[in-house]
Amino acid sequence: MISLYMAHPSWLHKLPAGLKLLGLLLLSVLLYPVANLGLMGLMLLFTLILYASVGKPALRQLLILKPLAPLFLLIFLMQTWTVGWVSASLLVLRMLVLILLANLITLTTRMDDMMSAITPMFAPLKLFNIDPKRIAFAVTLLIRFVPVLMAVIQHLMEAWRARGGKRQVWKLAIPLTIQSIRLSDHVAEALAARGGISTITNPRVSTHEPR
Amino acid sequence: MSQDKSLVQIALYAALIAAMGLIPPIPFVTGIPITAQTLGVMLAGVMLGPWRGALSMALFIFVVALGAPLLSGGRGGLGVFMGPTAGFAIGFPFAAFAAGYMAIWLRRLPIFPATLLAAIFGGIVVLYLFGITGFKIISGREWLDAAAVMAVFIPGDLVKAVIAASVAQAVAKGLPDAILTRKG
Repeated sequence: MISLYMAHPSWLHKLPAGLKLLGLLLLSVLLYPVANLGLMGLMLLFTLILYASVGKPALRQLLILKPLAPLFLLIFLMQTWTVGWVSASLLVLRMLVLILLANLITLTTRMDDMMSAITPMFAPLKLFNIDPKRIAFAVTLLIRFVPVLMAVIQHLMEAWRARGGKRQVWKLAIPLTIQSIRLSDHVAEALAARGGISTITNPRVSTHEPR
Repeated sequence: MSQDKSLVQIALYAALIAAMGLIPPIPFVTGIPITAQTLGVMLAGVMLGPWRGALSMALFIFVVALGAPLLSGGRGGLGVFMGPTAGFAIGFPFAAFAAGYMAIWLRRLPIFPATLLAAIFGGIVVLYLFGITGFKIISGREWLDAAAVMAVFIPGDLVKAVIAASVAQAVAKGLPDAILTRKG
């Protein structure tokens, strides 16, 4: 599982990815000049209603804000101190709205669809002789190897704990890096043995997400 | 080196950065937990060189934007690019490029000091340039204020630069060919 996508159909899932991205872009521009606290508060309420309309699993995702809380508090306090609590609240509310809306798009759009909405932007790369197919292949490779390397680090950490593991956990970065390099050599050899990337006809971003 | 092999290296380093996000954060003296992820950014530049390092970080950030929760703490998706730390994420490729460039420039020095300086230049100077700019744009603060908020992270990142140098040194011992900025 390496995607934030929620396999829990809703009306928002059915909208095209490009439309959702465009909407977010527009809103992020439109929200900048808003200086009315009530209006910004309403936007946050509207955002929360959107989450609720998508369903309970989406509401649970609001927890993503937790790690950001200390930073938000810091920003709020410093901003209150320099320019007053009204613009401090405006700022924090605007950030909350945009983060939550952007996250909602991520929750309701499959990686494949996001990829195909964005791929047209890579077309200019053809001028530099870069095949957009290679980008798709690199994305697939990355998604495929994250769980592998995560398993490697998990094993390293278990071994480290078994040996008493107290200080210097960072030293695990050494075997992790070495194993990644070895793995990349093996994959490159295997790829060459199969004729290289150019012979792969249709690389797909496979994330095992049900439609 | 074949283009395919470069592409595999780029993808694998991006995956490595994701795995490094899993190393538990170490609470540092300033109270700000330091994560291993920017360590990976420093290493990518030094190990892969400027261009491949930057491409691998660009790939990583692209896949994060697509919705993979690969940033430390399991963050990911488009929300990252709307938050106060967006500038750091966008700065990853540039930081790796700067670190790689510096590492090539300093390749006559012994590996530890060369990597340390490259990591500080890319992973701190350049990365914070982006991080502070992003924070300023999103929060609308003044330059000095924005820099002051972000300064609390710098001691932790200095520690990471030292770690990056130790890792590069250890890797150079085990697999000397893996450090592409020190070839030829």
